[in-house]
Amino acid sequence: MSEDRHPLFIPLILVGGVIFGFGLGFSHMARPEVVLDFLQFEDLGLPFVMFGAAIVSGIAFAVLPRLRDRAPLTGNRYERRLKPFDRNVLIGGAIFGVGWGLSGICPGAAYASLGIGNVTILWALAGMFVGAYLQGYWRS
Amino acid sequence: MVTDPLPLQLVAELFPNGISRYAVGGLLVGLGVTVIYIGTGIPAGASTFLESTLSYVSDQSRFQKYVSSRNWRVVFTLGIILGAMAFAATVQSGVVTTSLYEPGTTGELYEVAGVTFWTTAVQPWRLFFGGILVGIGTRIGKGCTSGHGVCGVGSASKTSLVGVGTFLLVAIVTAQIVAALGVSP
Repeated sequence: MSEDRHPLFIPLILVGGVIFGFGLGFSHMARPEVVLDFLQFEDLGLPFVMFGAAIVSGIAFAVLPRLRDRAPLTGNRYERRLKPFDRNVLIGGAIFGVGWGLSGICPGAAYASLGIGNVTILWALAGMFVGAYLQGYWRS
Repeated sequence: MVTDPLPLQLVAELFPNGISRYAVGGLLVGLGVTVIYIGTGIPAGASTFLESTLSYVSDQSRFQKYVSSRNWRVVFTLGIILGAMAFAATVQSGVVTTSLYEPGTTGELYEVAGVTFWTTAVQPWRLFFGGILVGIGTRIGKGCTSGHGVCGVGSASKTSLVGVGTFLLVAIVTAQIVAALGVSP
């Protein structure tokens, strides 16, 4: 795939990831307790993270396709992220919800959690790989 | 100055740690997605890393379709870890202070070589079994809190809005039940 060929592709992904991870740390989303506090209505700050982020990226998704056709490093077209709806979105969403409500952890926040020193989070990461493997095994 | 105490009390009750750390953190998360999108046209989510990384070690056909993106996804995830480390070494360690950041009192802080790290008090069994369900659910449901919640909602995708609504609702019910059963932390 051409994505890996541009010399700036990988450095840019890294920079984006660093900003993303810093934000997850700053917002305390990398702390499962804070997510659980939200789900138990003890601290309602979490939507500010998700929707704050969605507004910023939403502006980019809306504006860039009007400015130019293709991304400079990949030649990919600027498109919105639209995934087809089917029953799996509900089933998977519900399974994800049980896991999120039980652990207070989702994928991006789990990687960030490791970065803030949370070694205990390796349990969650191990679980996620087991879960992703199980569904891949069933569906292959 | 005359202020109405009732709204302020409500804010203090519903947002014991303020709003700014959440809002600023969220803006940075969105900025990270935006930087990658501007350069590459890719709306990056975090959960596909699980399957794409499994393609290095498993021949299952389900994982092989992510072979072409697996290298950059590893870099994206390393970036997330590094960014969070940078946060730990600066704001969490108190080297950089800002009125926008409320430190909070959850979990346990510890120090390694002058850097203040943090670790959770949530029990390992919750993390492990929750992690398994997150791993299954995010892949069947086509996205997680960043893929659906940030990129999908940012794209005004109906699929993602339904996905977010579903997992938020189920997670709230689950967390309430777990708390009602007396499981803590």
